[in-house]
Amino acid sequence: MSRILKKINWMTLLIPVVSVILGLLCGAVIMLIIGYNPVLAYQSIVESIFLQPYYGGETIRAMIPLMLAGIAVAFAFRTGLFNIGVEGQLLVGWFASVACAICFDHLPKVILLPMSITAGGAAGALWGFIPGLLKARFKVHEVISTIMMNYIALYTTAYLIKNFLYTEGERTPTIPAAASLASTFLADLTQGSRLHWGFVVAIIAVFAMWFGLWKTTKGYELRAVGFSPDASKYAGMNVSRNIMLSLTFSGIFAGLGGAMEGLGTYQYMTINSAFTGIGFNGIAVALLGLNTPLGVVLSGALFAGLQTGGMTMQSEAGVPVELIQIIIALIIFFVGSGYVIKWAFGRLSRKGHK
Amino acid sequence: MSYAIEMRNIRKEFPGIVANDDITLQVQEGEIHALFGENGAGKSTLMNVLFGLYQPDQGEIYVHGKKELINDPNDAARLGIGMVHQHFMLIDKFTVAENIILGREPKKHGVLDMAKAVKIVKKLSEKYGLDVDPNQKVEDITVGMQQRVEILKTLYRGSDILIFDEPTAVLTPIEIKELIEIMKRLVGEGKSIILITHKLKEIFEACDRCTVIRRGRNIDTVAITDTNPNDLASMMVGRKVNIQVNDAPYDPKEKVLEIEHLNVLDSRKVDVIKDLNLTVHGGEILGIAGVDGNGQTELIEAIAGLRKVKDGSIKINNDDVTNQKTRKIIEAGLGYIPEDRQKHGLVLDFSVGENMVLQTYYKKPYAQAGILHNKVITKKAKQLIQEFDVRTPSERTLARSLSGGNQQKVIVAREVDRSPQLLIAAQPTRGLDIGAIEFIHGKLIEEKKKGKAVLLVSFELDEILHLSDRIAVIYEGHIIDIVDPKKTDENELGLLMAGRKKGGSEA
Repeated sequence: MSRILKKINWMTLLIPVVSVILGLLCGAVIMLIIGYNPVLAYQSIVESIFLQPYYGGETIRAMIPLMLAGIAVAFAFRTGLFNIGVEGQLLVGWFASVACAICFDHLPKVILLPMSITAGGAAGALWGFIPGLLKARFKVHEVISTIMMNYIALYTTAYLIKNFLYTEGERTPTIPAAASLASTFLADLTQGSRLHWGFVVAIIAVFAMWFGLWKTTKGYELRAVGFSPDASKYAGMNVSRNIMLSLTFSGIFAGLGGAMEGLGTYQYMTINSAFTGIGFNGIAVALLGLNTPLGVVLSGALFAGLQTGGMTMQSEAGVPVELIQIIIALIIFFVGSGYVIKWAFGRLSRKGHK
Repeated sequence: MSYAIEMRNIRKEFPGIVANDDITLQVQEGEIHALFGENGAGKSTLMNVLFGLYQPDQGEIYVHGKKELINDPNDAARLGIGMVHQHFMLIDKFTVAENIILGREPKKHGVLDMAKAVKIVKKLSEKYGLDVDPNQKVEDITVGMQQRVEILKTLYRGSDILIFDEPTAVLTPIEIKELIEIMKRLVGEGKSIILITHKLKEIFEACDRCTVIRRGRNIDTVAITDTNPNDLASMMVGRKVNIQVNDAPYDPKEKVLEIEHLNVLDSRKVDVIKDLNLTVHGGEILGIAGVDGNGQTELIEAIAGLRKVKDGSIKINNDDVTNQKTRKIIEAGLGYIPEDRQKHGLVLDFSVGENMVLQTYYKKPYAQAGILHNKVITKKAKQLIQEFDVRTPSERTLARSLSGGNQQKVIVAREVDRSPQLLIAAQPTRGLDIGAIEFIHGKLIEEKKKGKAVLLVSFELDEILHLSDRIAVIYEGHIIDIVDPKKTDENELGLLMAGRKKGGSEA
């Protein structure tokens, strides 16, 4: 344990921690200006998450797709790529898992559930592979192509639902129980929250990212290509193939995130007229988590907690839930301006010496 | 007498190291003064103190005999101290004149007076014989010219004390000659110059006096007329320098690299290697001499499978590797010390340890069934760090944070350790200090003695003459002649490199 602690560079931890504190402080100032009680607001968030099983369960439930989306972004980032297409990969993953569950509803659970999860991952993989191919073959920048793929995903899934899997309420039918991740056990444990077994998948994904990137030869190659395509080429690695692989893997994580929503939280898919935002929040989660597996878990927990707790904040302290989005935005803003924080601390510690 | 610059007993400490320990530097008015030391000796720290980027912990600075406090680069500029940086700080899309006046633009009625700016720049350029066209865009001029723009920038700001930070690292031999002439003209006009360098040749060609520093301490200040290169080198390194000599008898063995009728296109689809034939044997160092841009880079890239071969064949150990994948060629027995070590030789954001297995990470014993054996890799890295004297805090340190010489040692360690039949070394010592050069030359000679084939490409004729068993001169994409280093000299090589064969006929 002490060896692990020694490895941690405390300076790098400084930025996310200070950013979170500053974000919360600024949020408090805004509340004060508008005339709310920030102490009561934050208190209600903390109390609900930690003392009320329902909100605790909902927080973990909200963490699942956020973590998977965050892992997707962080994985790509570690290999030198910006996957802005997590949202789209998540949508196709969601759709594929639900469609698979509905189409093969006669299969037993041991087959149908893994199959539906795999379908979600595979759809996400495809959605990541296409921008990877475009980049490797035609040097199309992945930021542009993945953004475009988001829109294609949004409208394609809407079209497919409308024409093939439509049921009343602008959505697909509910998936069969044989494909569901929901659990009465977990729900009872948390006083009726929507917590489902998907958290197991999310934990496996976190482990997979760590193991894959740092413990396997493929991961070594992916990171090498991400840091320096030139040196990798000179060392005999296949740069194009690694770019395609990286975005494909990233897409799998994102697709699984969608599958968790389809098979776990909602049990169906609605016709989305706008993005869910989970994919984009994934970018924030990865950023705040310093693109490390453990960091993604922690920042995923923070964002999920804020979002879930925001609802009690509204009911108990009367603070509009939109403020949570402002706080999250502020945290991201401070992480982004990490240079300023480093500079300020440098000044402070220098003064301390004199 | 008063000095242009006098830095007395400067001490600067950073957490964990004393970068400058009681250093005194005295630069006379109107001289070119060399600041000579190995990488990491404290030259840059000292100059950053002078330039106001660091505050000294102890010591005083006098400019033209007056004690001054230099708190930031603006103070330095006010005192007439200008720095010509190693990495140019120019805006590519701006013209020469625009770059020079940036920050101090001449104005007429509050509006930029470009005509006046061009006139000023022209006048300055003529005065010092810099021959710069003010209206050209920086992206369109050569590196040598860009450096002159940097010089003009400092002159435009009224500097009379110029610091040149390793100015020749990026220049061709001809440009170096011209730069030295420019520096002499500058001192002729009353400027004083500090030249930061670790190249002996430049000091003896350009400088009047030289201050040697080593590990943050002052060793000595000597007049160039009173010393010689060997003494100066020993002073810098702190021990007697053993110039590595290729003394092993020339005993060529079987053919290792065989190139026949090679034709290669460059990135613009122009023939850059034309019908090139070359053979390198085991147990020899074959040096390729030539002016930059005659196809050296493309030749190596073709051998390494990084560039497509249009025509002809390349064989390593009788294995046809023409247009094979790079990994296959590496496995066939190629080791490669690339010209651009930071871009092509290392993954800078990988640790030293990770860089040590850049080509072998997927093989036993470093991995099995796709899983890395990090313990084995760490052990190997530690062993190589020790064996090749890589100065690094640990094998976990990022390659980026090592000095140039130590980065090169990492590459050499990795390539030599794989014990390849053919070792290509492209500019293996460019920008390195004497200690590191000595070490790397020693390793190349060792490989030869082990019976390996070494292909050395260098623009430094000294290096080629010094190490090679045979010298192949490349000119416009083919080998114009192969000569015996014992029976040739710089003059003959120079003529061959310019395309003239013996007897004066044009090739």
